[in-house]
Amino acid sequence: MDYFVTEIDRAGTVAVDDTLLVKGFETKAGSHILDGFVPLFSADAVDRLLKAGYAVKGKTHTGEFGLDIAGETSYHGVCKKADGSLSTAAAEAVASGTVKVALCVDVNGAPRRGAALSGVDFIKPTYGTVSRYGIIPTACSGEQVGVCAGNAEDVKELLSVIAGHDGKDGTSLPAEKYGYSSDKDISGMKIAVVKELYDAAKDEVKSVLDNYLNKIESSGAKIETVSVPDVKAYATAWQIMLSAETCNNISRYDGVKFGYRTPTYKDIDELYVNSRTEGMGFTAKMNVLYGSDVLSKNQYLSCYDKSLRLRRVASEKMKEIFASFDAVIAPAMSSASVEEYDLAQTFERTKKELLFTTVPNLIGIPAMVTGGVQLWGAAFAESTLLSIAGAVERMAD
Amino acid sequence: MKYEVVIGLETHVELSTKSKIFCSCGGHSEADQPNDCVCPACCGMPGMLPVTNRHAVELAVQAGIMLNCKINQYATFDKKSYYYPDLPCAYQITQWFHPICTEGYVDVPTKHGTSRIGIKQIHMEEDAGKLVHDDWADVTYVDFNRTSVPLIEIVSKPDFRSAEEVLNYLDKLKSMFRFGSISECEEGAMRCDVNISIRPEGTEELGVRSEIKNMSSLTAIERAIKYEVARHIDALERHTEVLVQETRRWDDMKNRTFAMRNKETAADYRYFPDPNLMPIVVDDQWLAEIRKNMHATIGQKTAEYTGMGLSEQDIASLVSERTLCDIFDAVVASGRKPADTAAWILTDCAGILRRNGKVIGELDIAPEALSYIIGMVDEGKINRGVGKKVLSAVIEKGVSPEQYIKEQALDAKVDESAILDIVKNVIAENNKAVGDYLGGKTKALQSLFGCCMKQLKGKGDPAVIRELLEKEVEKLR
Repeated sequence: MDYFVTEIDRAGTVAVDDTLLVKGFETKAGSHILDGFVPLFSADAVDRLLKAGYAVKGKTHTGEFGLDIAGETSYHGVCKKADGSLSTAAAEAVASGTVKVALCVDVNGAPRRGAALSGVDFIKPTYGTVSRYGIIPTACSGEQVGVCAGNAEDVKELLSVIAGHDGKDGTSLPAEKYGYSSDKDISGMKIAVVKELYDAAKDEVKSVLDNYLNKIESSGAKIETVSVPDVKAYATAWQIMLSAETCNNISRYDGVKFGYRTPTYKDIDELYVNSRTEGMGFTAKMNVLYGSDVLSKNQYLSCYDKSLRLRRVASEKMKEIFASFDAVIAPAMSSASVEEYDLAQTFERTKKELLFTTVPNLIGIPAMVTGGVQLWGAAFAESTLLSIAGAVERMAD
Repeated sequence: MKYEVVIGLETHVELSTKSKIFCSCGGHSEADQPNDCVCPACCGMPGMLPVTNRHAVELAVQAGIMLNCKINQYATFDKKSYYYPDLPCAYQITQWFHPICTEGYVDVPTKHGTSRIGIKQIHMEEDAGKLVHDDWADVTYVDFNRTSVPLIEIVSKPDFRSAEEVLNYLDKLKSMFRFGSISECEEGAMRCDVNISIRPEGTEELGVRSEIKNMSSLTAIERAIKYEVARHIDALERHTEVLVQETRRWDDMKNRTFAMRNKETAADYRYFPDPNLMPIVVDDQWLAEIRKNMHATIGQKTAEYTGMGLSEQDIASLVSERTLCDIFDAVVASGRKPADTAAWILTDCAGILRRNGKVIGELDIAPEALSYIIGMVDEGKINRGVGKKVLSAVIEKGVSPEQYIKEQALDAKVDESAILDIVKNVIAENNKAVGDYLGGKTKALQSLFGCCMKQLKGKGDPAVIRELLEKEVEKLR
């Protein structure tokens, strides 16, 4: 299987998504419109990797601007599992042992779904702990570089390398160093199952989750069910912000400066329209339309502004839950596998999957996928998530 | 019917910061080659993130203080989306929801007294690049040097009632901002959008408004306003056209305005808060620091100089240029007398510059050098004439006054016997003048004195020379 859109160093042990810039290597974010774009600098996370002595094996295929379920909209090549179903190239590259770890940008949960589909671990840390400098931007207010690996220990190792303050990113948090651990005692921890998300998943997913809950309980953790009645509204809020910010961020790909330019145009308007029409895929265009609409004069207050307020409501609600629980557990997606489908449906299908992954992107809390389930923690509670994952993984040994 | 003109201005001013507003690129000048002053951030490459230039915020706050505005201690940056090749990200970062300053005013002098012009708000934003059209090859190029240069936009209330008020307002802003080191206000660094309508005198309701975009020359603004007023009156009285609210462009060659294509103006800018930039919080401590670091305003300087006893004319000349005040203040601070210092700057320096085809605003002299020369004269080590000669050399050749005086031996002591020799010599050579003097024409002594000075090559204490000369001549009586 070809996981890489660009190979960099055969001896490398790390893969990075094609949404992260690596100086001197073409970076396209799965989109035709960025063909030929060679960045002049590397992402801060990539720089930290290189400085710590890791080598990058190559850049993995991603869905166009990371806006799909699990990488299926990439213009340059789509990764499939052995059985023909879909997963992300990064998760598959880790699952197959081609690389030990992979860096992926999580903006709509795609790397989390990939990890669940391929049976590996992925963590999206707290917003602001890893610099966003050098990410091909989509939704700046919720995207974050995360780490995919075969186990919690390896996730921890690489997360410790890439996290830290970066003056080039105005939203980077001031902590110079974060101390992560994956071996905190989980007995006595209280973990909440989100009822609405559990109910929304298919039976095959419910049984994976039930199984996981049994293991946590046997380690001495307590499980309770909580209700987050507005979780669907949160997902809609994030879809609005995600599309709006993406529409705005990808407007710069206009055929004027870099990337793909249409061969046929008479004037500047045609240069824009033709370059973008030919250079962007269906899902990107859907996000542009949706995003333009929610930001328009007539919709701004009822859509975007309301979403900003919902973000605060969601944040308060989760704070309330984390006041009595150490972590939250939920399915990572509605089903346990994704078959190939007509890509005209991507926007609608991804929107449905956002229900499960939205909250951590919307309010910036950490999320981790492990053993096919998803854990959320309070801000900076990465160690709790890593420890739960680690404890369950050690049980299986 | 008599009509009243109602005008509001949106004025863009380029801030004098060392670097651009969201990246570390240095300031550009007209001399730069296209795209010399750019980095991946200001040409819109994906992955670069904006980081706010603190100095730009400080200058915007200072402008707000000068225009009597409320300083909003919580302000945001927002994105304004539109497509144009000179806008690399296809959005401009500006302040839409929470501008940095609101609700101020500025008093503008006019022929009929003072008019108070309300300021609705001042907001910060980044400038766009510019397009360069090559007519020969029929190709348009993009120059991003100006992209992301910090601007403030000052939005006035519709308080102007004449072109005179508009011009005096712009003049006042220009001198305030130059004096306060907010902006150089050079050609093109101050640009205006003029909103204009007319209404029958005595009525309240506003008429149909036209907006003339992107004006940078004062004379063009004046002509454009006159043209628009005439066009609006014609439309109302003679029904030459139906007025619509629209954006117009001034054509300086044709001396008239033209409606811009609807397509260029009917935009929905889809504003939203920029998630990459944290809100600006100007807390009390920062605000106090900004106030402390502010240059004195023209008004404050005038009061200060009046207190020093300077003449009204000298004060007006000094405050016409920030740099003159800086030189003057430093020289006075080094212990020189204010009136004396003003004379050295405004008479002697100005004269030397004039001789070299320059104006006083171009004075570029280290205050220490000027203070040194004045000190030497005050202490009688050189006389004033020699002092002026040294000053010329300092201004024209950039020499150090100390070294120059030493090299030319201008401070060499001339003892009384040497002076006496020369005085006797002059008396012997000028029998006629001596005779005239003794015959009662006292003025003849001045000519003898001049001869002595000439032979002494300007050295020697004039008082001593005069005294000896008088004594020697009197002996002949």
